[in-house]
Amino acid sequence: MDTRKLIDVLASEPVPVAAGGLRRRFFIALVVGGAGAFALMLAYLGLRPDLAVVARTPMFWVKLGFPLALLAIALVGAGRLARPGVPLGRAAVAPLVPIGLIWILGVVVLFYLAPGERLAALFGATWKVCPFNITVLSLPAFAAALWVMKGMAPTRPVAAGAFSGLLAGALGATVYCLHCPEMAPPFIGTWYLLGILIPAAAGAALGPRLLRW
Amino acid sequence: MAVQEDRLKDLLVRALDGDGSAYHAFLDALSGLLRAFLGRRLTRLPDDVEDLVQETLLAVHNQRHTYDAALPVTAWVHAIARYKLIDFLRRRAGHEALNDPIEDDDEFLAASDDEPRDARRDLATLLQQLPDRHRLPIVYVKIEGRSVAETAKAIGMSESAVKVGIHRGLKALAALIRK
Repeated sequence: MDTRKLIDVLASEPVPVAAGGLRRRFFIALVVGGAGAFALMLAYLGLRPDLAVVARTPMFWVKLGFPLALLAIALVGAGRLARPGVPLGRAAVAPLVPIGLIWILGVVVLFYLAPGERLAALFGATWKVCPFNITVLSLPAFAAALWVMKGMAPTRPVAAGAFSGLLAGALGATVYCLHCPEMAPPFIGTWYLLGILIPAAAGAALGPRLLRW
Repeated sequence: MAVQEDRLKDLLVRALDGDGSAYHAFLDALSGLLRAFLGRRLTRLPDDVEDLVQETLLAVHNQRHTYDAALPVTAWVHAIARYKLIDFLRRRAGHEALNDPIEDDDEFLAASDDEPRDARRDLATLLQQLPDRHRLPIVYVKIEGRSVAETAKAIGMSESAVKVGIHRGLKALAALIRK
């Protein structure tokens, strides 16, 4: 088949294509990923019993704000990486902003704590399970975000995989906040971050293999 | 070059609205640009240029839903062509790979070459490898130019199944090329 014939073939009916598909796909991924994480959290971990009480403290919202900010950045970045020819721009470094802020807060908190309380603020009671739990809760969103990317045309598969994983990790961590008893910024800036970076690294590693088109 | 961008954009936007002749003109203009762009990159592999032109046209078609009318067409098609070129060079375990970086999308409009050469790989042969549910809708609607309704009746599928068959079939064809 020569190229002219191929063009005839491609240009014959039916041509029209629905616009606005990307937003819809990401919306579905967020719903599926969020609901999946919530179901996993309820089934294996449970809501923290004092949720209604801590929800009235500012620190709870700071803690929730950290993964939510990363989630918003990941959505923007993944949306750009999904289309050929759209530069990633500032979204490439934007994740450093919430990470920097939580670290500054963490350092300030450590500074004002008595020396004997610092280790407790960093390790809490659950540091051994926190990154693992966040990674598990991110699995539904991980699959959903890669499904979104697979339906688009990422030309930078490593970055596209990493931002898909970041999105999943951030969503998993957001849901994990509803279970997790830890409230210290140094803990959030270390173990939550690690839990979010594990799916991001997995996405970067799998991207070139899974996102070819 | 701005004129070229405007013309391509106008054609593509109309095409995505369902204007088949605008789409034909778009793909025609694009094939010339691709041939020149890829020809400059593959001076040592001239026989592969036409295959890659076809592969990129098919990719542009299959990924047309990823075009956002707020963005320049040139950047979009350049990114697709670049991706397909790099993929091709990797596939041939390219030792003679990229000494020449492929960064500037302005350059994409620098020249056009409208003389197709022979493709080495015959897409018609690849098409034969697709299962009937993909192959028949493509052959009937796309190659023989029958209507979707007519095709649906002739091969005993619903109209939406015919459309899905074409869509998936062209994706499957692109996947066969990558092998």
